[in-house]
Amino acid sequence: MAVVLSIKGLTKSYKPGVPVLKGIDLDFEERGLTAIIGSSGTGKSTLIRIINRLVDPSDGSILFKGLELSSIEGRHLREARRRIGMVFQEYNLVERLSVMENLLTGRLGYVSPMNAWRRKFPPEDVAHALELLDVIGLADFAHQRADSLSGGQRQRVGIARALMQRPEILLADEPTSSLDPKTSVEIMDLLKSQGVNNGIPVVVNIHDVELARRFADRIVGMTGGRVVFDGPPDQLSDDHLKLIYGGEGWLQ
Amino acid sequence: MSESVALAPMSKAWQRHTLRQKMARTALWLVIAIAVMLSLRSINVIWEFLWDAPEQMMDMGRRMWPPDMAYYPKTVHAALMETFHIATLGTLFSMVFALPLSILAAHNITPHKGLNLFAKTMLVSSRSVNSLVWALLFVAVFGPGPLAGAVAIAFRSIGFVGKLLGEALEEVHFGAIEALKAAGATQTSQILYGYWPAVKPAFWSIMLLRWDINIRESSVLGLVGAGGLGMVMNAAIDTFQWNRVAVILLTIFAVVVIGEVVVTFFRRRLI
Repeated sequence: MAVVLSIKGLTKSYKPGVPVLKGIDLDFEERGLTAIIGSSGTGKSTLIRIINRLVDPSDGSILFKGLELSSIEGRHLREARRRIGMVFQEYNLVERLSVMENLLTGRLGYVSPMNAWRRKFPPEDVAHALELLDVIGLADFAHQRADSLSGGQRQRVGIARALMQRPEILLADEPTSSLDPKTSVEIMDLLKSQGVNNGIPVVVNIHDVELARRFADRIVGMTGGRVVFDGPPDQLSDDHLKLIYGGEGWLQ
Repeated sequence: MSESVALAPMSKAWQRHTLRQKMARTALWLVIAIAVMLSLRSINVIWEFLWDAPEQMMDMGRRMWPPDMAYYPKTVHAALMETFHIATLGTLFSMVFALPLSILAAHNITPHKGLNLFAKTMLVSSRSVNSLVWALLFVAVFGPGPLAGAVAIAFRSIGFVGKLLGEALEEVHFGAIEALKAAGATQTSQILYGYWPAVKPAFWSIMLLRWDINIRESSVLGLVGAGGLGMVMNAAIDTFQWNRVAVILLTIFAVVVIGEVVVTFFRRRLI
């Protein structure tokens, strides 16, 4: 399979001399769900945010389908971001807008601000949004305000918004951390199936090892800003988990 | 062993203020008392006039009674409408300038220290000058009349609206903005789709509050010749027609009460 995203020698320090990421090398192929696991503060979130440059890298290369993401700015960066969908832990919806409007914000990279302001989106975008509302099971909620939804519903809207971009890769930063176990499974299921249906790779930060094992095709374990495990879920042993999270009491 | 446990609460007795804090507080009260005494001396109270005041007030009240109601339809009504227009136009005009300035002042939207400082300086200068002083300036520029009043109201309001709106913009939750950014939205789209929906209730609430204040302010601007009720009031005071002054004061009171009711009604609907 062809490599879609290739990260090489990536480092990041928020403060000089205190690196959060200490040289990450990872390749992502054109399909499959990759779960990145690791304890809090180990740089998972930084890593995923560097891919679409919500965080700027200190050094290293991020090659996305032949495009070097680490150094682009302005219009080129915006055009690259349109191709990368992102799902957030706190959903990050525009609370006071309707579900439909929130979905359409996924097209803001394509529609001029003036047309967006007048809610003049191309008919195919609106049709796509209606389709996605069906997919996420919120067809009757198009006109509801985002702040009236439950956590699970909001995260579905968050996923649909990312899919509105017709992304070539889907990133998810702790998408289940604010949700109950049942909803978490449903959200992971949705991420996985949408990745498969759209033929795009999905990269998910997650701290629930069981969920990662259940849904991931590949698990990347990080600790202290480095990748210490990279392989299929069935190869992830307790020894690896001890290495990733430290200690062992929690494994009993 | 048990003795030390029994003694512990004694040594850890809780006091609200330490000795140093107590001394500082006493000193502060002393300073306030001295300041009040000094300022009383400097304002040169003429005690005879002060003792006389209740009598003078009664006298003025008697001269005002009964209010000259017939004067209302003749002159006061037109002046009242002018006051409304000054307040409303001034508020709308201030909005046009306050919007861009508030965006420039909000450091999360405009991450440029120089521009922030520029906008904040503009907003502070607008607020540091009283409406009456702005009116004096614009009467000198445009001549006496409601235009000077409306522009004065606008210039005073820019600082108020701009500052509050700028602060509302700075408090917008970053998450939604980050999501729009991640979708490749331009800065303009981020403002229109991320910031605007979040500050919209605050914005209308600020505008209504300022309109309410402006109604009150524009009713006195006429004292310096900038149109509206104040001009009529000034004329009545100058000619000692206290019955007319009474009508004008009653009108202002009624307008402020009605303004309050209207603003409260709309604010409840907006938020």
